Amino acid sequence: MSTPEKPSEQKIIPIAVAGAKPPAPPASPTAAMIRTLGLVSSICGLIIVGAYQGTYDAVAANKRIATERAVFKVIPAAKSIAEYVALPGGGIEPRVGAGDTPVAPGAVKFFAAYDEGGKLAGIAAEGGAKGYADTVRIMFGYSPDCQCVIGIGVVAMRETPGIGDKILTDRNFLANFNDLDVRLKGDLAALANEVKTVKHGTKANPWQIDAIAGATITSRAVGKAINDSAQALLPRLVPNLDKLRSKS
Amino acid sequence: MNPSTAKTWDEFMEGVWRQNPTFVMILGMCPTLAVTVSVVNALSMGVSTALVLIASCGLVSMMRNVTPKEVRIAVYIVIIATFVTVVDYAIQAISLALYDALGAFIQLIVVNCIILGRAEAHAAKNPPLPAMINAAGMGLGFTIGLLSLGVVREILGAGTLFGVSLFGANFQPWVIMVLPPGGFFVLGAWLLFFSWLERRKLRRRQGSHAEATQNA
Repeated sequence: MSTPEKPSEQKIIPIAVAGAKPPAPPASPTAAMIRTLGLVSSICGLIIVGAYQGTYDAVAANKRIATERAVFKVIPAAKSIAEYVALPGGGIEPRVGAGDTPVAPGAVKFFAAYDEGGKLAGIAAEGGAKGYADTVRIMFGYSPDCQCVIGIGVVAMRETPGIGDKILTDRNFLANFNDLDVRLKGDLAALANEVKTVKHGTKANPWQIDAIAGATITSRAVGKAINDSAQALLPRLVPNLDKLRSKS
Repeated sequence: MNPSTAKTWDEFMEGVWRQNPTFVMILGMCPTLAVTVSVVNALSMGVSTALVLIASCGLVSMMRNVTPKEVRIAVYIVIIATFVTVVDYAIQAISLALYDALGAFIQLIVVNCIILGRAEAHAAKNPPLPAMINAAGMGLGFTIGLLSLGVVREILGAGTLFGVSLFGANFQPWVIMVLPPGGFFVLGAWLLFFSWLERRKLRRRQGSHAEATQNA
């Protein structure tokens, strides 16, 4: 504190006074900062690990139930599922590792669904294509007996409520997927006919999808998702179907 | 009410009414507009935020005497992020459908300014118990804010409440209400209502004051 006797001393350095802030409180020692940050991080680390361990089983069970429910929806006869991957070079193998473990690049994940007697009821696979708002991700059921798609379900989408999301509810649209033809060509290298979404009311062939009037973009995304996924999966899957006939 | 209870009650009610995060401070608008398409979403978002708020304010307050001011923001963010992660796991364990519906907004609680604001403005200066009571009030206020949007938007936009159909099959839903513009419409309407309420209260107080002076 300056005493009244020396006011002139302060006036000598007006610039410095104008720029000066009230004296800053002494900086905290570095050790204290490191100690606090270390303490907080350790406490928080412990809490997070505890929460992860505590919820791990419940989360895994929830994810399994969600997948099963999605598969059962597209293959009504299914009672249990097994996860497989179709390898890029052809051939299939049971999927190792559960949950979100990524599959090898180029490999396609699919589910073999079995009925009560343990016989193959169908194959379910996911596909995705750009819709109106975001990628529309669907799951479709494939029946080896008729070589056709027998049902679809939506895994994730952000399409406009009341318009794009009619793909979930529109009966005429869903009827497309009672027996959508996805036969392979003779050499089993690709689909005999590309799955294609056509304008509402112009469906002429069993491999075409009749779009919903007013929701053509979303309908097209569903068609493209099925086509892309079937083109990638079926040529590898069909030659190996015998390995999947009954539950291992 | 004895003075200490009155003070506690005051701390609690600050967030619920006087400084309501949604309608008075207009904070946390991002989740407010985005997830309030249904009552269940709004309620879960509000409860999640409230839990994070209470837990982080408690811990921030406990650490307040050993936190150097230079690193306080880092400390707050680590603490908040921790409890957001815990809530994130908890919601995944409770319901994946709910987790998908709330999407990224659970993780985004980390940057919700209500929480950082409370940590800095209140929890860092008060003992744990008052800090947590104040946080609980704020959390409840935020939940009420989300619910007032969620209820209106679900009733008008889907014709349901808690997923139960209200009007039967003939009701044509106002789809706009569950789309982003609907969020702005409903929020605007509520803000209008609260400011009308505030003005009316003010006018009455002035009126009674004027009367009192006349009578004197």
